[in-house]
Amino acid sequence: MPITHIVAAGMGGIRTAGDLVAWMQMARRMKLADAKAYVADKLGVDVVDLVDEDVMHPLRKEMGIGTATPMAGGPEGILAKSRVADLLGIEINSVKRFKSRFEK
Amino acid sequence: MPKTILTRMGDGERVHMSLSEIRDELQKGTENAVDMARIPALPDDDIEHLLDIIAEPGRVVSVPHGHELIVTDDGMAECFSGTEADGGSGVSISRQASVLSYERGLAADTGSIGHTDYSFKPVKAVLDVELQAYHQISLLTTAPLFYGSQPNMGQYFQPDGPFPNPVDLMPAGKIKEAQAAQEEAAAQLCDDMVYIGKEFNAMGCEGFNFDTAGSSGDAEFYATLEAARQLKEHAPHMALIIGMASEFVLGMHGEIAFDGQQLAGLFPHDQVKLAESVGADIFGPAINVDTSKSFPWNLAKALTMITETVKRADIPVHPNVGMGVCGIPMLLQVPIDCVSRVSKALTLIGKADGL
Repeated sequence: MPITHIVAAGMGGIRTAGDLVAWMQMARRMKLADAKAYVADKLGVDVVDLVDEDVMHPLRKEMGIGTATPMAGGPEGILAKSRVADLLGIEINSVKRFKSRFEK
Repeated sequence: MPKTILTRMGDGERVHMSLSEIRDELQKGTENAVDMARIPALPDDDIEHLLDIIAEPGRVVSVPHGHELIVTDDGMAECFSGTEADGGSGVSISRQASVLSYERGLAADTGSIGHTDYSFKPVKAVLDVELQAYHQISLLTTAPLFYGSQPNMGQYFQPDGPFPNPVDLMPAGKIKEAQAAQEEAAAQLCDDMVYIGKEFNAMGCEGFNFDTAGSSGDAEFYATLEAARQLKEHAPHMALIIGMASEFVLGMHGEIAFDGQQLAGLFPHDQVKLAESVGADIFGPAINVDTSKSFPWNLAKALTMITETVKRADIPVHPNVGMGVCGIPMLLQVPIDCVSRVSKALTLIGKADGL
């Protein structure tokens, strides 16, 4: 059932920019249109590009913010999220706690 | 256009209806929402749009380019490793493997995990296990990861919990005693949820989901609102979802109020304002499905309530679209023709921010 929702109406997660828009809903309580516009501005693309794999996959690779087809040694997980936090100008709790462990 | 359209009942049974019959069902569904929640009906344009979506010939339908939304879940990221009770596939893989498959293979916008019993009370006893599981998975995920659980206040009453059971007290005429038991249980539940939430925040939790809030009635909704308020003050960078159990708050207590607002009988368009006020970042309304009514009737009713909720909300609204809510038929293996039509209708007509 969730798979049908994802295919029928979802933004595509890390295949495209769905995770980035979700972060803005979570971090700034942004409604959908505002979150999409914010992310598009930060990425330097049009809103319609946010769900276009042809645009987003190479862009995510270039920016090092994680893709759905990771390569060994490439950015994924907490490293990718750290870059997402910087890109979007938000605090991600897991990233903050992870970084704090280096300070001890 | 064929003379009849294949659609379903609220229990999933296939039925054929003419376009005029479906239009009639849509009108009756929206009128039911108007009557119950005292909100505006769907305008004629929306009824016709919804009719078009239901009558689309394809088995699976989808939104046009540029209209996509965010999909959050209630533990379904773990569905590969779950069992039938959770709608899971029963595959013997780890929770971590399931969540990563959900993120990378299925392109989910967010993921989540939760305890198998999916209630806060049992989580408290195995909190370290849950913290460790979340921590390990969150190091590997790129998309936002939620921890979800149900307040499920019913587990705090005898014989499962320490407090007298109001379901036993009320038939005996002990109304005040039943109310007192619910208030005591709500206080304990709130303490437990805040304790668990603080531990998750300290570990680095990205999002915390109070799922199916109010399933035991107004006192449970009170406990959820109070816990959310305390957690948001303590942990402003851990996103909070409040998702509801049903379309209106059951008055099991009947008189309990939050910030002067009586909770019993509140519908989603009012629930969302309370959720906002305590710091919830996303609100998840749940509109009941009547299995004896048709899929068009149920979807029109849900859309009427969701549209009004989104209109009044200042935070993102992600309607709950699991089995038996917001138009999704009530059966374990939900037909994808209905699921995709709910997705499309709530996105395009309901203007939801997510699902």
